[in-house]
Amino acid sequence: MPDQSDLLRLDKITFSRNRRVILDAVDVVLHQNEIATLIGPNGAGKSTLLKIALGLIQPDRGTVWRKPGIRIGYVPQKLTVTPSLPMTVSRFVTLSVKAPRNEIQAVLEQTGVDSLIDASVHTLSGGEWQRVLLARALLSKPSLLLLDEPAQGLDVIGQNTLYDLIQRIRDDFHCGILLVSHDLHLVMASSDQVLCLQHHICCSGKPETLRQDPAYLALFGERNIQSLAAYHHRHDHEHTLYENAPVPLPFSPFSTNDDE
Amino acid sequence: MSEFAELIQSPFLWRAFIGGAGVALIAGPLGVFIVWRRMAYYGDTLAHSGLLGVCLGFMLGLSPTLGVLIVCLALAALLVFLQAREKLAADTLLGLLAHTALALGLVALAFLDTLRFDLSAFLFGDLLAVENIDLIWIWGGGVIAMIVLLMIWRPLLAATVDESLAVAEGMPVHRAQILFTLLVALVIACAMKIVGVLLITALLIIPAATAQRFARSPEQMAVFASLIALLALVCGLLLSLCFDTPAAASVVTCATLLFALGRIIPSNT
Repeated sequence: MPDQSDLLRLDKITFSRNRRVILDAVDVVLHQNEIATLIGPNGAGKSTLLKIALGLIQPDRGTVWRKPGIRIGYVPQKLTVTPSLPMTVSRFVTLSVKAPRNEIQAVLEQTGVDSLIDASVHTLSGGEWQRVLLARALLSKPSLLLLDEPAQGLDVIGQNTLYDLIQRIRDDFHCGILLVSHDLHLVMASSDQVLCLQHHICCSGKPETLRQDPAYLALFGERNIQSLAAYHHRHDHEHTLYENAPVPLPFSPFSTNDDE
Repeated sequence: MSEFAELIQSPFLWRAFIGGAGVALIAGPLGVFIVWRRMAYYGDTLAHSGLLGVCLGFMLGLSPTLGVLIVCLALAALLVFLQAREKLAADTLLGLLAHTALALGLVALAFLDTLRFDLSAFLFGDLLAVENIDLIWIWGGGVIAMIVLLMIWRPLLAATVDESLAVAEGMPVHRAQILFTLLVALVIACAMKIVGVLLITALLIIPAATAQRFARSPEQMAVFASLIALLALVCGLLLSLCFDTPAAASVVTCATLLFALGRIIPSNT
């Protein structure tokens, strides 16, 4: 069953905290060269699922399988360096992984912030900081990249550029990327697989298929696709169509053409 | 004037300087982590347990410093254990331990009528009464603390910036954090006799806070903090000699003056 290109398999992950079910039998499979986007409203369990995938927290039930020996890059949802700690960008990205300066330079170039290599981390803007975090995750040349809301705090243009960048990273590093977002609209285009999470996987599939799917439209509503802030997850499981559908989808080169 | 020259050459002053220098050197790198990790109250909690340690040492026939060391390490271990179990805020837990340890120390003291106890030296330190055995404790503990701190520097720094990211990147974070907790206990126990219970945290925190403005990297801040602590020590000892003020309190006063001075000097960052 395990495919050669499988990087990460989460099987029937169940997790509760304080008697609240956060995740209920969630399945996720991520392949090499694939971008999977996890969408869902606040409190749907997205970050928890990512932390379980990383091994930072243990699920109550279910299994986590990571391809043995793979390196994992991680961008957490929220990271602020305590203001009393003086630190440059180059030092920050090498906190866990040692690297010579030319490699640091290269990875910062990749995310477009190489001019900030000697800047203090306390002086960066939100967009710059997200790119520095991404660069840090890339420094170990990961084959699996887990990004928790990488586009938070960015305007629409900034988000578009960042998603282009993520796509380019996938093409350059040939890695699998699992990305958490609450911004439905922008994410769709660059993903190979979209998973809608509300404690369980409500529906999943390729963005093109999903977008025309009645279950998906019922789930998000055409008006709400513009802005997820207005989206309330109040359907009563009329989307049974996808309830037991196989979540893993084979890698398709389909929507992933290089931008040269 | 010749009186001053005589004082300068006296062995007690040099012992005070050597002992103080040992504390100042380790206070830099340890203090910066205490500042970054917001652990100032933890240092205070350990200091509060000092009296209990002195009593324990007396009861078991050990040296006071060894008694303090045992109690500090036990308290550190208890704290690590409770933090993992209890859903109490860190400062509540520390307050609970600090005052319980202090109360127990006072109760224990009441039972020991044969213990001659200099409360003032205990609270405010006795820098000018440092003996050779104290120097061995300070430098022994200081060197061990420095070596271990250098060994765990990388994972500890990564965890100080962001714990879950450091864990995800495969750093041995938990081991480093537990070792650091024990290191602080070790240094506070070894330095307590000369700096005093009430002033020990000041020497860890004030030089680190002074260094922050001038440092460009974490390591620079640690080295600057040590140098600033050394400078405060020299100034404090001279102040104490000239005006016959309590030595440890003079050192802390000088450290604070340096801190204030550091705010006036324009930084290059």
